[in-house]
Amino acid sequence: MLTDNHTQEIEGILAKYPPDQKRSAVMPLLFLAQREYGSLTLDAINEVSDLLGLQSTEVASLVGFYTLFHDRQGGKYRIQVCTDLPCALRGAQSLADELYEKLDIRKGETTPDGQVTVEEVKCLAACDRAPMFQLQEPNGIHYHEDQSAGSALALIESLRVKGQVD
Amino acid sequence: MTEHVVLRHRDVAGLDHLETYLENGGYRAFKSIVKKKSPQQVIDLVKKSGLRGRGGAGFPTGVKWSFLTPDVFPRYVVANADESEPGTFKDREIMERNPFQFLEGVAICAYAAQANVAYIYCRGEFWDLTRELDLKIEQLKQRGLLGKKLFGSDYSLEMYTHLGAGAYICGEETAMLESLEGKLGQPRLRPPFPAAEGLYAKPTVVNNVETLANLPPIIDRGAKWYSGIGTEKSTGTKVFSVSGNVERPGNYELPLGTTFRELIFKHAGGIPNGLAIKAILPAGASAPILRATEEVLDTGMDYESVPLVGSSLGSASIIVIDETVDIAWVESKITDFFEHESCGKCTPCRDGTYWMKHIFDRVMDDAAAPHEIDLLHTVGIGIQGKCLCALGDFAALAVTSAVERFRPEFDLHVVGDSSKAA
Repeated sequence: MLTDNHTQEIEGILAKYPPDQKRSAVMPLLFLAQREYGSLTLDAINEVSDLLGLQSTEVASLVGFYTLFHDRQGGKYRIQVCTDLPCALRGAQSLADELYEKLDIRKGETTPDGQVTVEEVKCLAACDRAPMFQLQEPNGIHYHEDQSAGSALALIESLRVKGQVD
Repeated sequence: MTEHVVLRHRDVAGLDHLETYLENGGYRAFKSIVKKKSPQQVIDLVKKSGLRGRGGAGFPTGVKWSFLTPDVFPRYVVANADESEPGTFKDREIMERNPFQFLEGVAICAYAAQANVAYIYCRGEFWDLTRELDLKIEQLKQRGLLGKKLFGSDYSLEMYTHLGAGAYICGEETAMLESLEGKLGQPRLRPPFPAAEGLYAKPTVVNNVETLANLPPIIDRGAKWYSGIGTEKSTGTKVFSVSGNVERPGNYELPLGTTFRELIFKHAGGIPNGLAIKAILPAGASAPILRATEEVLDTGMDYESVPLVGSSLGSASIIVIDETVDIAWVESKITDFFEHESCGKCTPCRDGTYWMKHIFDRVMDDAAAPHEIDLLHTVGIGIQGKCLCALGDFAALAVTSAVERFRPEFDLHVVGDSSKAA
């Protein structure tokens, strides 16, 4: 349960919003649950719903609407390459395609060891440092800019090793 | 233009440290208004400066503040840091490198709006940046620059970050408020506008990061100084984000009214590999595409001039397209974007972007029938002016303008004799 280990963090989140507007805490709590469980399972959604007194269908609709929430288990690490227009003009699609080829997966798939999922996403506001991707991992989201297929593959290899150890 | 107003970190090293920011005049503006000016005086000063919203709409900032319903409290300020327009990456640089000027701007706006709570709505992808802002807000509290009874006055202000979770539409102010309330990020029917019923149905100001970062220097140096920069109706500097086929993509802060030619060829270094420029998207995905004619290149980038040549300035994210790039492909990418980001609330936008995407799939497979290029145009026209927010209009205008201005490039993808298409 989130309340077992994260009571203080949950209180901190709730304190940001007026006492009669607890619903505002739903997205921060979903992020917390996703960090804890890896994805937003039905149990996780129910837990967040109970914390805020919301219907679980309401919370589940948010999970479906916002792209950073995942209701299915993917890799422990998600490499999300921006292939939107400005990045595509600077070689982002060939970088993504090379990753699929070298890792022998298709777009959106996960490496056989279950560690790394490679996805394509929309604009990440880093167009001047394309090609770039973000790494969505258990502890947050981090940008990697001015990338090449080589640098991306090196990172992926280190993540696969790290993922096995952790 | 040598001096930066917003990207001041480029002139002053270490401006992202509170001490350095304070040593360089930081918080002088906020302190002075809390001690000496009424909220109305601040609103009047910002009106006089001519500052207009930098998020895309270009609406006069002080006027927006003056619409707040009188005598209704509490009020809220929400900083729009949901930067997601393809080609726009200015707010991120401001918040990363000059964060205290932005945070001081939020405080000034909150004082003018008589709000005691301000939220900074950051796109969820700005995870690292938001953690940094949290630390900086904590530092401000410890220094007595945020919190209760500031500078011995009766004014109190709390500030909180709030993370989005991946939805372009939340950059639209009413969708942002819905999202902040813990709901689907979908636009509201207006009126009522946020100034009357915004966050939690209370009077609310939503301003873009760059807009807010302009406030400390405006207070500090005066409306007259600020309105002396730029053009008569588009005052001040603008951070232009340049991307695509240029030698030096990046942010360039220049007076409003600077020409496309100066930005693209002088500052951004021109087109790589000796190629010629073909087209410009002046506002990311969200404005009609322009053929880069001499007339367009000599047009000033301000809120009045860009519409005269058939587009708009928006958030000033200039995507440059060289002569080798297929405009049908450009528009297929833009349509992919809008189809993905349409929130689904209004049928013309939800279904229209879906059908445009499917037609584009055939166009890019060189499998479209001649009439389907006209159909693209027709679907676009069918979306325009029929939705709660501008997303559908943007998606439609991108396509209709490209079909009108670059038709031969679309016809190259058509099966059969395209000359009979018209």
